[in-house]
Amino acid sequence: MGWSVIRAWTAAVYLFMFLPVAVVVLLSFNSNQFGSFPVTGFSFRWFIELWENEAILRAFKTSMILGALTALISTFLGVLASLALVRYKVPGRDFISTLLIAPVLVPEVVLAVALLLFLNFLSLHKSFFLLLLGHVIFTLPFVVLVVQARLVSIRRDYEEAAMSLGANPIQAFLTITLPLLAPAIFAGMLFAFTISFDDITGTLFWKPGGIETVPTQIFSMLRNSISPEINALGSVMIILTVGLPLIGLGIARRIAAKQA
Amino acid sequence: MTLEKREARRPWLLLSPALTTIFFLLVVPVIFVVVYSFWLRTASGADQPGFYLTNWAEVLTDSFYRDILFHTLKIATITTVLCAILGYPAAYFIARSRRNKAMLLMCLMLPFWISYIIRTMSWINILGVSGALNSLLLASGIISEPLQLLYNETTVILGLIHFLLPFMILNIYVSVEGIDETLEDAACSLGSTRWQSFLEVTLPLSLPGLAAGGLLCFVLGAGTYITPLILGGPTDAMFANLVFEAIITQLDWPLGSALSLVLVAVLGALILIYNRFFGMSQLMKGLS
Repeated sequence: MGWSVIRAWTAAVYLFMFLPVAVVVLLSFNSNQFGSFPVTGFSFRWFIELWENEAILRAFKTSMILGALTALISTFLGVLASLALVRYKVPGRDFISTLLIAPVLVPEVVLAVALLLFLNFLSLHKSFFLLLLGHVIFTLPFVVLVVQARLVSIRRDYEEAAMSLGANPIQAFLTITLPLLAPAIFAGMLFAFTISFDDITGTLFWKPGGIETVPTQIFSMLRNSISPEINALGSVMIILTVGLPLIGLGIARRIAAKQA
Repeated sequence: MTLEKREARRPWLLLSPALTTIFFLLVVPVIFVVVYSFWLRTASGADQPGFYLTNWAEVLTDSFYRDILFHTLKIATITTVLCAILGYPAAYFIARSRRNKAMLLMCLMLPFWISYIIRTMSWINILGVSGALNSLLLASGIISEPLQLLYNETTVILGLIHFLLPFMILNIYVSVEGIDETLEDAACSLGSTRWQSFLEVTLPLSLPGLAAGGLLCFVLGAGTYITPLILGGPTDAMFANLVFEAIITQLDWPLGSALSLVLVAVLGALILIYNRFFGMSQLMKGLS
């Protein structure tokens, strides 16, 4: 196969990945009264309708709070665990690593069923709290992977140098390792937030009636028919989830550049 | 307490919050599901604790469940194979391109950041009755009535490929990227054609990445119930849909438990086979 064939193939694959998403954005600005083809003009009407839709706004707020709490908790757990695994000789290291990664190895549906049934057995019924626990357990492996990968590359010598100069281990960690680790912690949090914000598989099992996250709200709207508001919501989410990480990447680069 | 003892305890102190969480929110619940699958749903709607084989007998002998399991494995296999065919040349191109590599890689990461449900439903805009394709065909006069293209097995597979392709490409890319380019040149200088050197040098060396991508595609594809709900018709239910039905709609939790365990057993067996040949570390490479 010639190089030009491979190049054309790659272009087609990228087109396949992005064309449908581009159409979502295109249709969200369409002034056509059904919001579908043909595109008749440029309009913000679907975004205005979106802004006036209280159910969607409520779902958005729920998702933001859920995502933020999930990110904080699972990053906290993940950073501590990564420190132990990278910085210390722990007996049964491989087993522990596998255990920490286990939530992505178990199919998410099964994870969802298990958590729901067990907590129900403990008389903890479907609630926002159950959603939060589920999202934490599901995002933890990703945080561990991201933070570990970075931690391996931070040399132990710096910390030891600080300690030989009289810092205690906690001081050494706070003044040396933590700042070096900051970009990875930030990336891990962002990762956890995005995964939580996007999750629907587990969320549909765990969410109590009356609470909707953005994905479950879209899902229930899809059941009726595709409304142009969904495209507008899709556009907002694409801008948020693609825009935010890009900004985050910029900040992380700047922090890294300052340190260099 | 001596200093050494404290030093030895520290990693466990750091690990304990995460391990406690995993233990109580994953390990214990999964064991609990095993126990629950032997309970019985009574007519009154309460779950009767005990050791009944009723659910297992139903799940393992009823051809309804078996057919859907095979259907699920078929869909996952087709999806995985098509992802590999579509993804390999693209991954190879990215790994071997000199210009635009950073841009291509960043674009490859974008789908991971775009909501799964938005990406899945985006196909309704393309293939729906008033979607892009039908509008185009109607406007050009090729058809006079909109075609019913959505809500069948093909669109389920299409949606799954769209969701899983980035995983496949990323894993193959990581593998091909690690292969020394001069190996292919060496093969060529020894008389093999470009195609032969690819088949006998690059392809075998990139097999770990291909396998990791394949495993991810298969496991994620076989475990989904959202894609068939959005892009499938009434007869396109996959195995995870059965679990969802049993747990959420029928509230038959013992049956749902048994069904989930079947899914775990089938996909777990695959992961074990993979682990035997390639080891888990390869999978982690692609994930991070």
